Amino acid sequence: MGMVYKPIDPEKEGIEDLEILSEKLLSKPSPGSAGKTGTWRLYKPRILVDRCIKCGICWLYCPEDTIAWFYRGLPSINYDYCKGCGICANVCPVNAIEMILEGE
Amino acid sequence: MARRVLMGNTAVAEAVRLAGVQVVTAYPITPQTVIVERIAEMVERGELKARYIRVESEHSALALVYGAAAGGARAFTATSSHGLLYMYEMLWWVAGSRLPIVMTVVTRSIGPPWGLHSDHHDALTVRDIGWIIGFASSVQEAFDMTLQAFKISEDRRVMLPAMVALEGFTLSHTAESVEMPDEKSVSEWLPPREPLPFKIEPGKAFAVGNTGPDEVTMELKWLAWRAMERSRFVIRETDLEYAKRFGLRSYGGLVEDVYAKGSDYVVVAMGAWCGDLKEAVEKLRGEGYRVGLLRIRYFRPFPWEELREVSQSAKAVLVIDRAVSIGHRGILGLEVSSAIGDRVPVKNVIAGIGGVDTGPEDFYSIVKTFIEEYESGSIEGWSIPEWYMPWMGVVSK
Repeated sequence: MGMVYKPIDPEKEGIEDLEILSEKLLSKPSPGSAGKTGTWRLYKPRILVDRCIKCGICWLYCPEDTIAWFYRGLPSINYDYCKGCGICANVCPVNAIEMILEGE
Repeated sequence: MARRVLMGNTAVAEAVRLAGVQVVTAYPITPQTVIVERIAEMVERGELKARYIRVESEHSALALVYGAAAGGARAFTATSSHGLLYMYEMLWWVAGSRLPIVMTVVTRSIGPPWGLHSDHHDALTVRDIGWIIGFASSVQEAFDMTLQAFKISEDRRVMLPAMVALEGFTLSHTAESVEMPDEKSVSEWLPPREPLPFKIEPGKAFAVGNTGPDEVTMELKWLAWRAMERSRFVIRETDLEYAKRFGLRSYGGLVEDVYAKGSDYVVVAMGAWCGDLKEAVEKLRGEGYRVGLLRIRYFRPFPWEELREVSQSAKAVLVIDRAVSIGHRGILGLEVSSAIGDRVPVKNVIAGIGGVDTGPEDFYSIVKTFIEEYESGSIEGWSIPEWYMPWMGVVSK
């Protein structure tokens, strides 16, 4: 159906439009709008707990925010959404993250 | 109310000061530079409490005020010509995100060759984006239009960025007497900005303009279209309200009518040279020609209703253009023809490109030729635009 517009009540229509606008223009974060993206993974990062110096660099670099880390604590990976890009393994200064083939 | 002698650029800076702008970004380009220089002095002296940010390019200048407006601030920047073209990508983001930013474009031709003088090509590249576009024709109007731009742009019914175009040098560097309302009465009329349609702040997680379905792209354009249609009301209303409140004159909304309604011949143009055009129209009226000028004040939203009304009783319409769409017609000529249809013959003259001086005598001859052509029935040539270039030795056919 074709749409035409000629303002009848600019005040009212303006306020209505503003509500629709914020819905269309803004997107709020929510888990997994593309499903659990962890299933895309070919390689899986594994943290070698003995080597980890708890610096948090992996947490800082993870592009998907799937690594949780608290100051001076051990990081942990959310495998539901980790796509296995390997950036964390690459930036780890002590090689404490290894990438293993999924399913092994 | 104070009366001062100001150049166009200084008058714009004064309007920015009175509007209480909070963030200003600056990248110099002639003939706009004086605006941001004056604002820098105002910030330095403490007359304007704004963050003044020097950026590395015009793209960043607009990107930064985009961010500032997204954070709820009243933001301003200014540019010209190539600077505006360098902003082009961000112009779409600002309008698409519906952030009320005010930007001055001091018009200047686009190279090659490098030129400093005015035509309308730079400002009219913004035509299709969703910016409100005003063209001032005097220093007073540059001041009034800038101040009103904040009010119109931030109105809940609108929420679109606004651009005020003023002619390089003929307005930007020309001193005229300007009446300015005082700071207190302006701040009552223009209170601090309401952070709409959204405000980015700590603790609120959301993304603006994230990847979305194709339908959302179309719906956002539809919403901007609706807002632009509503802005017609707001522009007319603001023009009247401002005049009444500050005891200044109303310009007539989207257009200024100088004897146009009811005249046999209507000339349509916009920008500073309308002053000279008025002089030519007055002279021709003195000689008995029933001719009037309809000056376009706002190019977006385009005043098609006003044009239709005026052309109802006209025999012929002449559009004098300062920008051309190569491959078709003058840009204003195209717009006017599409607004009034083919009920009235329209002649399109292209003049003053690159700032070529076009004075009252030129306009007198352009308008008189147009009337004579119509009266002698020789209008076949009107199907294509005519380039007014007297130095080439071809003044009339």
